[in-house]
Amino acid sequence: MAQRAVAINPTKPGGIAVGLVLALTLGTLGAVAWRADWGRGLGPADWAAVRFTVTQALVSAGLSCLLAIPVARALARRRFWGRSVLVTLLGAPFLLPVIVAVLGLLAVFGRNGILNDALGALGLPDVSIYGFHGVVLAHVFFNLPLVTRLILQGWLSIPAERFRLAASLDAPVGRLLERPMLRAVLPPAFLIVFLICLTSFAVALTLGGGPRATTVELAIYQALRFDFDLGRAAMLALIQFGLCLIAAALAWRMTAVDGFGAGLDRSVDRWDGSRWADGVIIALAAAFLLVPLVMVIVRGVPGLFELPSDIWRAALRSVIVAIISAALCIGLTLALALRGGRTVGLVGVLPLAASSLVVGTGLFLLVYPFANPAKLALVVTALVNAVLALPFALRSVAPTVDKITSDYARLGAILDMSPWVWTIRVIVPRLRRPLGFAAGLAAALSMGDLGVIALFAGDAQETLPLAMYRLMGAYRMDAAAGAALVLLVLSFALFWICDQGGRIDADL
Amino acid sequence: MLTCEKLELTQGAFHLSADVHFSKRAITAVIGPSGAGKSTLLLAIAGFVTAQSGQVLLDGVSFTSLAPGKRPVSMLFQDNNLFPHLSIFENVGLGLGTHRKLDAAARCSVLSVLDRVGLLNMADRKPAALSGGQQSRVALARLLLADRPVVLLDEPFAALGPRLKDEMLDLMQEMVVQDAGATVLMVTHDPADARRVADHVAWVADGVVHAPRPTAEIFADPPKGLRGYLGKMG
Repeated sequence: MAQRAVAINPTKPGGIAVGLVLALTLGTLGAVAWRADWGRGLGPADWAAVRFTVTQALVSAGLSCLLAIPVARALARRRFWGRSVLVTLLGAPFLLPVIVAVLGLLAVFGRNGILNDALGALGLPDVSIYGFHGVVLAHVFFNLPLVTRLILQGWLSIPAERFRLAASLDAPVGRLLERPMLRAVLPPAFLIVFLICLTSFAVALTLGGGPRATTVELAIYQALRFDFDLGRAAMLALIQFGLCLIAAALAWRMTAVDGFGAGLDRSVDRWDGSRWADGVIIALAAAFLLVPLVMVIVRGVPGLFELPSDIWRAALRSVIVAIISAALCIGLTLALALRGGRTVGLVGVLPLAASSLVVGTGLFLLVYPFANPAKLALVVTALVNAVLALPFALRSVAPTVDKITSDYARLGAILDMSPWVWTIRVIVPRLRRPLGFAAGLAAALSMGDLGVIALFAGDAQETLPLAMYRLMGAYRMDAAAGAALVLLVLSFALFWICDQGGRIDADL
Repeated sequence: MLTCEKLELTQGAFHLSADVHFSKRAITAVIGPSGAGKSTLLLAIAGFVTAQSGQVLLDGVSFTSLAPGKRPVSMLFQDNNLFPHLSIFENVGLGLGTHRKLDAAARCSVLSVLDRVGLLNMADRKPAALSGGQQSRVALARLLLADRPVVLLDEPFAALGPRLKDEMLDLMQEMVVQDAGATVLMVTHDPADARRVADHVAWVADGVVHAPRPTAEIFADPPKGLRGYLGKMG
């Protein structure tokens, strides 16, 4: 006897999706490997780029984890007005376009920022945000909230009874309960952040640069855009892929948690720690997170009147690309989740090891002999971002698909539903919440993309982040601030609309 | 007549063989200790479990090789018998076919079967808005509409209270057996269910599905294993 798996989920679209993801990740890698020019070997500048990339990622990940511990502990044990809003806001940097955040950080830590104004008023020397510490600062800004959420989840997963028991025994909570939890949660969190920092291009583009602060990705961009040295770009892309592959393999083996989970909206009663210290820590973390965001709005509003007219066309382009990218991502996610199995599990994480610059370089090499890459910039941006958002989308969708299948596949089968009818009438309606969330995530990530588009686009394909970057490059900071506000609002609006679309009238 | 012909089901240490007939226009209660394979027998007839060998036939025609939805079989499971996101009307309509649009005649028959089970005024609601007993009636309405000759019940009413369960069993007997003339197999662990509605009882134990015997007869003179089982039940 064989417990016949109820074969009701369509698998063919999943096969096509697997093919597409493999083509875009391993296929482009093949193109890169084929064109890589090792003849000149790695020059001192290349080694410096590798060193800088790894060092800044290690320091960024280390600092993010170290600083997140007290913040998460304070959030875990204190109840206060606005706590749930703050915890929700911790999820915001993930959706925030990198270049918008950079502008916010510049408004606080930059040459004419709040910090330097204050230092100047006290007669102290200026600090510069550019270079190594600027890159690290931006990465901590993005990842401190992520790690805080991961650790908070760990803290809240410790049963309240254990804290009561520890308190009644007057036992040290730290050694008894917290250290084992941190030992489980921190290493995967560290590796995830390390991976994110390895592949973060826009931060290095805006705050790094020069011989002492160039990442491998930035070097790829410069080799391709400025020197048009395809062989060197390909070689660097291969090195970048190698770095990411190692980190991704380590990270994915260790991760069992994800930072987007619900249920962080409570606190645990505890009988240790100082209220004041926790309050100060929470206030500092909130300020670090919120002041740059507020500055984007404060400086952006007057900047709206400085916007060049073609910015709206760029915004429209970005929105269209984001919508197409989200639709593609959802299609791929659904197809893969329905297919299921080990291959799909592997394919679903493969894009984590691929950075948009590596995939972009590969596509550039493939396209270049046949067509003007600029003409395909928007299509490529939509496609690459859809695939890069796939691991996150799949993580939010796949468990629900499995649950629906285990609950209802037999009923669907005995009613003689075809795979297509089953998908349309059962899977999609019951999947609306995670699908809406995943679509919002993909749309926001694509909206803020400043990676592959920078490789491909000419003036006629400018998206909003690229237009904003060019305004910053031309020192039109007021206009850039206005563009940042538009980009911020559009990104969050797209996410909100998709996420709400999945919630309205969704029967569980 | 539903026939299991030399059906052999094996998985690991578990084994079940069935070489039995089930009468038309009658309810056969399938009873036996837990783990004996009562549900497995039903899943095999429905096509969710593949037999090592043997056939399942209806009136002499084998449907062993058909997919679950293509078999002349309706089945109610222990739970998840309704789609929570579909209205009562849509859930019942699935008995006629799974494509979205129902024509006017089909809509009429959905409404009339809802009327028969007393839920006409609930047609637009979702299952969550109904009581457990009402949800069972919706599933019954879908069975009636699908009108398949074999109906398998894998304890779908186990979660109902005794009075509601009896009511559902009576409705089953009246509408599915007497009116529609179906062959009903009903898994139960409660001999009172069998006494109430079953025409025959099939005793499943020690890896064998024994031939069904008339209910009154088998309870008057139970085989050895069943005697122990009944004694244990009090």
